[in-house]
Amino acid sequence: MDAVARFFKKLWMLVTRERFHSELEEEIAFHREQQEKALQAEGMTPEEAQYAAKRQFGNAARLKEESLDTVGFRFESVFQDFRYGLRQLRSNPGFALTAIVILGLGIGASTAIFSAVSPILFEPLPYPQASRIMMIWYAGDDGSSVPQTFHTYREVAERSRSFDALAVMKPWQPTVVGADQPERIEGQQVSANYFRALGVSPALGRDFQAADDVFHGPKVVILSNGLWRRRYGGDSSIIGQPVRLDDSSYTVIGVMPRTFDNILAPTAEAWSPLQYDTGNITSIETREWGHHLRMVGRLRAGVSIEQARSDLDLIAHAPVAEFPRPSWVSLEHGFITNALQDDVTRGVKPALLSVLGAVLLVLLIACVNVTNLLLARGAQRRGEFAMRAALGAAPPRLIRQLLTESLLLAILGGAVGMVVAQFGVRALVALSPPELPRVNAIGVDRTVFAFALGVTALVGLVVGLIPALHVSRSEPHIGLQESSRRAAGGHQWTRRTLVVAEVALALVLLVSAGLLLHSLRRLFAIPPGFNSSHLLTMQVQTYGRRYDDDRVCHQFFAQAQDAVRQVPGVAAAAFTSQLPLSGDSDAYGVQFEGDNPQAAYPAFRYSVTPDYFETMSIPLRRGRLLDAHDGTDAPPVTLISESLAKRRFPDQDPIGKRVHIGGKVGGPMYTVVGVVGDVKQMSLALSESEAVYTTTEQWHWADGTLSLVVRTRGDAALTTAIKSAIWSVDKDQPVVRVATMDDLLAASAAQRRFVLILFEAFGLVALVLAATGIYGVLAGSVTERTREIGVRTALGASRGDIVALVVRQGMTLTGFGVVIGLSGAVAASQALVTLLFGVSQLDPVTYLGVIALLGGVSVVACWAPAWRAARVDPAITLRAE
Amino acid sequence: MGKTKSEILQGTLDLMVLKTLHAMGPLHGYGMARRIEQISEEVLELNQGTIYASLVRLLQKGWITAAWGTSENNRKARFYSITARGLRQLREQTENWERIAGVIGRVLQL
Repeated sequence: MDAVARFFKKLWMLVTRERFHSELEEEIAFHREQQEKALQAEGMTPEEAQYAAKRQFGNAARLKEESLDTVGFRFESVFQDFRYGLRQLRSNPGFALTAIVILGLGIGASTAIFSAVSPILFEPLPYPQASRIMMIWYAGDDGSSVPQTFHTYREVAERSRSFDALAVMKPWQPTVVGADQPERIEGQQVSANYFRALGVSPALGRDFQAADDVFHGPKVVILSNGLWRRRYGGDSSIIGQPVRLDDSSYTVIGVMPRTFDNILAPTAEAWSPLQYDTGNITSIETREWGHHLRMVGRLRAGVSIEQARSDLDLIAHAPVAEFPRPSWVSLEHGFITNALQDDVTRGVKPALLSVLGAVLLVLLIACVNVTNLLLARGAQRRGEFAMRAALGAAPPRLIRQLLTESLLLAILGGAVGMVVAQFGVRALVALSPPELPRVNAIGVDRTVFAFALGVTALVGLVVGLIPALHVSRSEPHIGLQESSRRAAGGHQWTRRTLVVAEVALALVLLVSAGLLLHSLRRLFAIPPGFNSSHLLTMQVQTYGRRYDDDRVCHQFFAQAQDAVRQVPGVAAAAFTSQLPLSGDSDAYGVQFEGDNPQAAYPAFRYSVTPDYFETMSIPLRRGRLLDAHDGTDAPPVTLISESLAKRRFPDQDPIGKRVHIGGKVGGPMYTVVGVVGDVKQMSLALSESEAVYTTTEQWHWADGTLSLVVRTRGDAALTTAIKSAIWSVDKDQPVVRVATMDDLLAASAAQRRFVLILFEAFGLVALVLAATGIYGVLAGSVTERTREIGVRTALGASRGDIVALVVRQGMTLTGFGVVIGLSGAVAASQALVTLLFGVSQLDPVTYLGVIALLGGVSVVACWAPAWRAARVDPAITLRAE
Repeated sequence: MGKTKSEILQGTLDLMVLKTLHAMGPLHGYGMARRIEQISEEVLELNQGTIYASLVRLLQKGWITAAWGTSENNRKARFYSITARGLRQLREQTENWERIAGVIGRVLQL
């Protein structure tokens, strides 16, 4: 009760503060008057009495302040401090601006990075009880996560008791036809429980039901909010209406909510039931037994992930007669079960954590830098603080004043930082590698704002603490005597320590950036196996019933190829079923004549038009290339890649060998007619390059989607001309995924590049801040030592001696920083290991290079103060003393 | 001035102010300062301003009240008087003080 009463009393004081003040003053005046009278009555002169009364009363100013603290809120004086602090900053705008910009960059950069990292690493996925959503993979022989087969899914769904809902999914790319141009969209074919496993349901209409997901079931579709608005005008009467997808009529049964974030296929805009055949479990050559479905499940309430794992283990190792398994789905190694969150973030976690670490280092350096600025400023303000202390400001009051000022700086810096963060977030999203999940969740939201606010407050306290403690420890009379001419040595020592810390931190960042740069160089030095310059690529798709006929399909691509060749500026053009470094991955089991049927080689399968090799500049190593004679009716032939030839025929000639591709027993045997150079398919870093090539006409079926590669002359932008050439054959066929091969190459290393760009930027900032730190300390030191330098010069020191004196001082700081930073860099590079490629984390070239760079920049930073020191005129300085 | 003065113990000033008000009735700050110095026979070294800090504290706690009145020589002055809660506090703190003083005295006589 007392506390509450006191609170309201204090609140009342805010209103009556002026009266409190004047009353107290009146009382004090009365007191002094009485005292003077009494003293005069004892025989003092009026002057003596006045002086004695004052002395006996003590410090009136401190009394007033203390009284105000007793009766009023502390923040009253905080307001005072703020007003005073603002005045201080305005009186020295150069200092204020520098500090605010440095803090703004630090806070802004860390806020931007945090906003990118937080939805992926820290926030739960946007589903109810998201921690219960699991991904369940088939465990491969080598411990890898393999997609499930349909019948395995059925067995688990039937036998497991750990899940509320289980679902499988696969990508689906229907073409939307309507009044507008045909558009190929991304979608998913899912089993009925997909949305229930995620815990979401359509905003309009209904979810899939078991009756939808049956073999030859009804053609129904659920639309995303985006597609519904874009193609169907956001009309809610669409439910129950037919829409045309891929030349078929689908009934719209639902529309997903706008807020639905489909983590498992972020670009998907339409969902239809999988409708696989449950009745063909005994026939082996079916898609139902192919490993191509991802499985997701929602744990039953109260079931832990460990319980689910042991439940699944039991199922894997105790087959039942009802669910016979072929040899390649033996479940010998069981399942791999992970929380969805871990599953989607695993690939990018190291990159994101290292970037987060780097930005926090930058923030730390920014703080150290501003602390140093504040210390330098504190030295200039010694006189002022001494004066305030003498006038009655208690030490805690001075500390609070300084902390208020640094908080003020941090708040202004934080405001600048929020602006920086807004731009930073946009840049980050533009830069982000394609494998970064939840990109659409990146933005400055409440969590991010709270983070920025927290960082700002922390920064304000951290940068203010050391200067504040310095002031509180100093003796006022020394400050008064010295005025502001010279500063004591104590805080110079602190400032040097801080500069050493800055150099060390900068070294850590620069070494990391250097290692990443080196890795990327190594990576791009790897030949992809073809000539990537002036190579334009795009994917050409066919849709429509008439292309179900293989001959129509072949004819369309042949005509399109001819039309493209006619475009001026095109040197060569060819089609391929999969494009290197584009994310395509199409591998088949390859089994040479006489091989054990169990031991098929997985190899990338390319079905190409014959001039693909010339267009891509893939070299022929042996035999001949494919040509126009290798058509539908000619004997089937194939080219194999160098590494496949080496692996299977280490010391034989592979030409003339016969091979099954696709493992179909009794299928056609291809005769090897040539060996071509290796091509990087998945990424430059991966060495898997075993491949087989056939002509499009001799492959088992006609691929409905092929990639066009065009070698252009010069840099002319030919995309539009090429597209219209294709559309001159059939104007309804979608052309997508247009990119130059150089773009694809760069994109294949996007994650490394993303991290590298950030590290380079942070490293640069760190370098500049460390250099200004060194400069600041030396400049201050030269000013302080002007007299000493003057004496030295008078005693015969040459300008060279003086320059050496100052530079040596600066380089000593750098040296200490480098030594300390090296151990930090070694530790930091451990964290980077997964992002490095072809370079040791202790790469001496990088370390030496960074040390040389830091040394060079330090020398530059030393130069200006040293030069100023060398120009000190001994006559002037000595006379000034 | 040649006498050795004792520094006043932390927190005891409030107690002295309460007791003075209890014994003397309403007083202004100056009167109180004089009174305490007289009673202590100038042994206590008192920065007279600290009396006012103490008065503000006691007012804030509601143990004393203040009212503006006229001093002996017809000047406007602020008079303080003890409240019922202040009296209770005084009783409690006096007992407490005597108990501790007794203990310390016994210990010092060992």
